[in-house]
Amino acid sequence: MTYAWLIPVLPLLGFLVNLLVGKKVGKGFVTAVAVGSVTLSFILAVRLFLAMKGADGHRLDLAYFTWMQTGALTVPFGFTVDPLSGTMMLVITGIGLLIHLYSVGYMHEEEGYYRYFAYLNLFVFFMLTLVLGDSLVLMFVGWEGVGLCSYLLIGYYFETDYAPDAGLKAFLTNRVGDLGVAIGMMALFAAFGTLTVSGILTQAGHLAPEVGFGFLTFATLMLFVGATGKSAQLPLYLWLPDAMAGPTPVSALIHAATMVTSGIYLICRLAPVFQLTPTTLTVVAWVGGLTALFAATIGLFQRDIKKVLAYSTVSQLGFMFLGLGATGFAAGFFHVFTHAWFKALLFLGAGSVIHALHHQQDLFKMGGLKSKTPVTFWTMLIATFAIMGLPPFSGFFSKDEILYLAYLKSPLLWVIGVVAACCTSFYMWRLMALTFWGEPRDHHAYDHAHESPKTMTVPLMVLAVGSALFGFWGVPEAFGGHFAIGEWLKPALTFGQLHGEHGHHAGPAIALAATSTVLGVIFGLFGWFKYKDGLAWEEGFIAKFPAVHRVLLNKYYVDEAVELTILGPLRWFGNVCWKLFDVILIDGVGVNLPAALTKVAGDFVALFQTGRVRNYVFTMGLGVAALLYMLLK
Amino acid sequence: MNTLSLLVFGPALLGLLLLFLPEKFGKAGKSIAFLGAVAFFVIGLQKLWGLRADPSVLAPERFTWFAVAGLPVEYHLALDGLNYWLVLLTLFLVPLTMAATWNSLKQGEGRFNGLFLILSTGMLGALLAQDLLFFYLFWEAMLIPMYFMIGVWGGDDRRYAANKFFLFTLSGSLLWLVALLMVAGKAGSFNPTLMATAAAAMPFGTQCWLFLAFAVAFAIKVPLFPLHTWLPDAHTQAPTAGSAILAGVLLKLGGYGLLKFAIPIFPAAAQHYAKPMALLAVIAIIYGALVAMVQRDIKKLVAYSSVSHMGFVVLGIASFTVVGTQGAMLQMLNHGISTGALFLLVGMIYDRAHTRMIADFGGVAVKMPVFTAFFFIVTLSSIGLPLTNGFVGEFWILNGAFTSGFQWGRLYACLATFGVVLGAAYMLWMFKRVFWGAENPDPESGTHHLHDDLNLREIAVMLPLIGLIFWMGLRPGTFVAASEASVTALLKEVQAPAPNMITLAPAAAAPAHGTEAPTPEAGHVEEHR
Repeated sequence: MTYAWLIPVLPLLGFLVNLLVGKKVGKGFVTAVAVGSVTLSFILAVRLFLAMKGADGHRLDLAYFTWMQTGALTVPFGFTVDPLSGTMMLVITGIGLLIHLYSVGYMHEEEGYYRYFAYLNLFVFFMLTLVLGDSLVLMFVGWEGVGLCSYLLIGYYFETDYAPDAGLKAFLTNRVGDLGVAIGMMALFAAFGTLTVSGILTQAGHLAPEVGFGFLTFATLMLFVGATGKSAQLPLYLWLPDAMAGPTPVSALIHAATMVTSGIYLICRLAPVFQLTPTTLTVVAWVGGLTALFAATIGLFQRDIKKVLAYSTVSQLGFMFLGLGATGFAAGFFHVFTHAWFKALLFLGAGSVIHALHHQQDLFKMGGLKSKTPVTFWTMLIATFAIMGLPPFSGFFSKDEILYLAYLKSPLLWVIGVVAACCTSFYMWRLMALTFWGEPRDHHAYDHAHESPKTMTVPLMVLAVGSALFGFWGVPEAFGGHFAIGEWLKPALTFGQLHGEHGHHAGPAIALAATSTVLGVIFGLFGWFKYKDGLAWEEGFIAKFPAVHRVLLNKYYVDEAVELTILGPLRWFGNVCWKLFDVILIDGVGVNLPAALTKVAGDFVALFQTGRVRNYVFTMGLGVAALLYMLLK
Repeated sequence: MNTLSLLVFGPALLGLLLLFLPEKFGKAGKSIAFLGAVAFFVIGLQKLWGLRADPSVLAPERFTWFAVAGLPVEYHLALDGLNYWLVLLTLFLVPLTMAATWNSLKQGEGRFNGLFLILSTGMLGALLAQDLLFFYLFWEAMLIPMYFMIGVWGGDDRRYAANKFFLFTLSGSLLWLVALLMVAGKAGSFNPTLMATAAAAMPFGTQCWLFLAFAVAFAIKVPLFPLHTWLPDAHTQAPTAGSAILAGVLLKLGGYGLLKFAIPIFPAAAQHYAKPMALLAVIAIIYGALVAMVQRDIKKLVAYSSVSHMGFVVLGIASFTVVGTQGAMLQMLNHGISTGALFLLVGMIYDRAHTRMIADFGGVAVKMPVFTAFFFIVTLSSIGLPLTNGFVGEFWILNGAFTSGFQWGRLYACLATFGVVLGAAYMLWMFKRVFWGAENPDPESGTHHLHDDLNLREIAVMLPLIGLIFWMGLRPGTFVAASEASVTALLKEVQAPAPNMITLAPAAAAPAHGTEAPTPEAGHVEEHR
């Protein structure tokens, strides 16, 4: 396993090379370095994955050096490969490679080509560090590092107004979440005396679950705050829709398939600890469920094709948290896995459409592209089947498992999930109908539209295969399977402890699945019928319910509310601190006033230093008289 | 001559010579000063590098020098775990700063660099002195060259800033001198160990007052809220080299003094005041960040960020844990590197654009890509991104505070993390407004005056700083190995409370492990939120 360290380091080298010399040596070289490094990394990852599969207990621990060592705090620098991190590693390098290939076509006209690929490679490095890190601190390196890459790639078009703002918003919102991770880490260190994952999990196995709000609940809730930042959940989801300012392949890789699922990954990694804190899990389930619904409603009427997909991502991430909170760690991770394929495909498909229409992102200006871009159409259709949960496409199995567990947790959560799923079907079919069916609404763009080059369509096809088939990894018992992914992940999720996953035996599994699927299909068909011939239905809706439409289109005005209630007051308070405290109180009253008084006193005394002898004689006379008076009295 | 004495007094001798050099030889004087500073750095590195595992093996230079009011003053220079890296940092930053600001001054270059060398004597002497009066002499000696560097070569408001810097610091240290003489009189010596024994025999109330006198003098230097207002003025008005060395080394002497003298001499009083110290530190962290956020001048923004970052140092010290104190030691080095680098970078853009107002820029990334890359990396270090040095220091300090034996530790650590968020906010917001976006359309704007990217000299100055940022981030052990033993011994000596770890309730079925008692309440450890 001596090659394992190369898996993250190769993309890091690619980053360094391209950043330092990429500008001068040309695009061919940049492509070779960037795609080559990720390809090698993928091949090695497959090798390592197989080695892990053959290893005792499906687990490899690779220690490198001691990173930090002071007092009681020791942080090693090492990697852990187990079913959880191994699967993620393959997803990152595999889908990462496809998106690198796709980008070669998508970005070929860009002047910042070298910069783009350098950052993309750096992202792969940090994402692998996050996933493979064997301590929370090393995971935090990746955690913040992917945030940095996300910031750089969102701000890729840095000469514009909107991209830097979006990048800044993403970084700072994530930092608010990272505050939670930092506090959570400190709390876990105080509780366990170590920050290595295996150290914490070993001890967690000996602990009793916490009833109510104990110290561990505090720690896990803080970690969950971090997860809401990175994985765009209420209330920290605000950055993700803006993040669409980055190039579309970035949205596919970072803001759909991998980085945004880090929050789910973190919780899965520490599943035995979260098992001990039922209060936290309930919070996770409800936040996830509500986010799924909330974001899905915003997605209903967005006009920008990428914005629809962005809110869809927020919503799907909510489903994953709903699964985790319902104690279905494997189910949540299963959805991470299937979502990575179909959502990456949807974004790349959208990118292909945008590419075909020369940077047109407005759904209202598309239409009728079915025959112009057949590969894009068919692959996106498969992804749409997957995300709406049509059997036997992948999304059906993973979403169904989550909804089933949600039902066991609370039927109300199931209802919320089903309503969100119906919204999903509707907006996805609205998107498909507006893009591919009906009459073209912008004839000039339509006439010039063309299918994308091979380097873009081949990744679409590969992802389509994954979106269609990978659901079979988790066929539940009710449908004759045995939820193989759950078995596969078990050693990582339970860490050999007693308390495991929920038993899959109770509840009307088939009836629930049938209900949600049929409802989803009905709403999908509804969306398709209303939009396949153009915008008439939506215009009618706007005329009838202008307020509802406006509120949804403006995302419930949350951005404005945040500016008004948090950012504005914070800047105001900063100014108060500066101008009132620093300048007036401390400097004015505390420093300059005594100085001024000293000067005044000095000036006053100086009045008597006139230099005229008769004044001095006069004063002296007064003094002598006063002395005489005192002595003689 | 012995190594330490050479390193301490060599620069001042050279510097004094340069002060008398006629103005027309300014350029030559600058070169001589630079070569001298490089020579001292090379000598220092060569003699000291091998000692990094245990610096105390170097024989101290010690003899009785003179007597004040019957109290013997010792000439006592020695290397120990606390000062080792700060000494190297000083030796490193002086020539680097000179090189970075090679063309920044319009006149009096020889004399300025002469004063700079004299200043480095003050800094190195204060770091190495083991006798308190000896230390005091260097401590005050640092003020004089700095006063002239600001007052003569500074910006428009230089006289106000120089006077404020001088009087602010002096008023603190005079109070401290009185306290110092009081304890020394009792001890019959300026030796810190003897003074600690004498102080311990005093009534606790007296100890508290004396400790406060010590602490205030050091807190001004740090500077700790609310004694910080001299710093933004001094930083903004000082020439680039002055700002860089002020942030790079001078402020560190405040934190160093607390650890080296104030806490060992008055251990009980120091712990008595740990809570207010930590509270002020937390206020400084958040307050400094908030004020930095609304600054319009880049240099002033960096100055207020110093208040925030140095607040972390005091928080780490006040935690009285090994992790927190080691974090403070590392954070002092980090701040020296990162903030020193930031001031140098601000100087480089000021030399070109003749403005430092954020609103005058915009779109600098297109004009100066190399400069932008350096600025960005230093920014990452400043906001504590993992793998850079900034992360390790802050992480240790927060961890130390969280597990501090004092009950307030957890709450304060949680509050201090807000400083990390705000730190990213002000730095990246500034970065966005200066470097990103379209080029500032105003023909008089700062961006418009930028023509050349960094030259080779400037790149050569930045590269070692960037290297250190990652080296310290990846292998922090190298930089705190020397102080680990000193800090552990110090905390044992002052009987700091044991770290406050949490014990959780074990499962009923599983056998209890570790040392915790299997009580039902143990799962509900009290929250301090």
